[in-house]
Amino acid sequence: MKTVLAISGIVIKELYRRKDFYVLFVLTAVITLLMGSVSFFHDTNSVRYVKDIALLLIWISALVIAIGTTARQIPAEREHRTIFPLLAKPVTRWQVILGKFAGCWLACGLALIVLYLFFGIVSGSREHHWPLLNFCTALWLHWVMLGVVVAFVLLGSVVFTAPSSNATITFIVVLGILFLGRYLNQVALQQPEPLRSIVYGIYFLIPHLEWYDVRDLIIYDQNLVGWMDCALATLYAVIYMAVFLLGTWLVFRRKALNL
Amino acid sequence: MEAIVETKNLRVEFRAQSSGQAKKVAVKDLNLSIRAGEVFGFLGPNGAGKTTTMNVLLGFVNATSGAASLFGVDVREPIARQRIGYLPELTYYYKFLTAEELLRFYARIFGIPHTEADRRIDQLLKLVELESARQRPIKTYSKGMQQRVGLAQALINNPDLLILDEPTSGLDPLGRMKVREIIQRLKNEGKTVFFSSHELGEVETVCDRVAIINQGELKVEGRVADLVEKHQANLEQIFLNIIGYQPQLSA
Repeated sequence: MKTVLAISGIVIKELYRRKDFYVLFVLTAVITLLMGSVSFFHDTNSVRYVKDIALLLIWISALVIAIGTTARQIPAEREHRTIFPLLAKPVTRWQVILGKFAGCWLACGLALIVLYLFFGIVSGSREHHWPLLNFCTALWLHWVMLGVVVAFVLLGSVVFTAPSSNATITFIVVLGILFLGRYLNQVALQQPEPLRSIVYGIYFLIPHLEWYDVRDLIIYDQNLVGWMDCALATLYAVIYMAVFLLGTWLVFRRKALNL
Repeated sequence: MEAIVETKNLRVEFRAQSSGQAKKVAVKDLNLSIRAGEVFGFLGPNGAGKTTTMNVLLGFVNATSGAASLFGVDVREPIARQRIGYLPELTYYYKFLTAEELLRFYARIFGIPHTEADRRIDQLLKLVELESARQRPIKTYSKGMQQRVGLAQALINNPDLLILDEPTSGLDPLGRMKVREIIQRLKNEGKTVFFSSHELGEVETVCDRVAIINQGELKVEGRVADLVEKHQANLEQIFLNIIGYQPQLSA
């Protein structure tokens, strides 16, 4: 465990020492602040619309941080050969994968906390309403969803040589799941066999990331998601994380260390 | 005496790059045994199989056949690397970290307690003369300074065996002398040092025993003094003779 934590600490340190992270972060914060400060003559719909856009921006930023950070982790270790002194210590490749995963996921969590906090303060100060539990639920499910994305990108990073191709492909796949995942079963029904079975297969195989998009909880102040539903959604995500991490290890353990 | 490093009929083959090519045999049935407290020089021309052998010992590459062990433990077991320090030929470190942060990271991996890690970091940065630059990111260091950070990280766990891959490569004469002094000091402390080098004069000065390999095969192994006496030549001449170098005589 100490090894995994040490490696994850390096990932987080690298992230906050990179300038591109701050650029994205400040950009998101500034746009959120600007949108939050615009007055719409207390028109509820307009305020909700602005909140929706601000949250969408947070979602996109979080995805960019998660995919961008994770995609370069293992390729950078191999390209800069820092993997050699690391594996010359009593460290296994599995621990490297877990450390990278934990570091990227924790970094995403920290970024989410700051972004949600910022958004919460801006919107709360305008509306004088603080739905803390709604924010916590949305934040938790968002973070759990990012765990699946991070594990998936990590798998991509040992399959594709270039981080840019991995980032592009995984970004498209994640966006595809978020936007189209929920409709795949309906699409399957309209297809002839064997296409129907194939589309159904894909529907049941992909991680349904869209389930974790509970922005409406904040925008429309909806009823909270039940604890049991939250726990099941977390378990569902953890299973996908485990599968992707296992896949990463199976590929990485046979991989030459240098690019 | 206990063998610290041991290889038995070690063979490493790499797959052919294309279907028409034969597979490349990097190491052919290598038998080595290095005892505790020895400084062992591992010599050979470029592409002879030195780095591949080291990569097997460090668990980076799996042997095709044969066995390799460190402290009697199979090199495929991560625990075999608990008591070793490794210095790569080139500096491969996280450049966004400072020397102190890098050493602390490796100390955490070895599970060294915080206060003990602090003590060792101070001691090692003093040894490699990087105390004044300890808070600077490694990316701002010169090559010699980076190599010295490498030496410090190799020593953070107070290893019983040091594996050094061309430790003086690219260093200026002063840097080389410092590295040589450190190796000498480690030898005096009873550490085992296994290192490859192209600097034959340096090897002759520092090593107790040497092995020369060429095209993956062990050509000669023995005490430096014995080899010099047997061949009636210095180590450089012996080396050139063994690898089959024919000097071009001018007309």
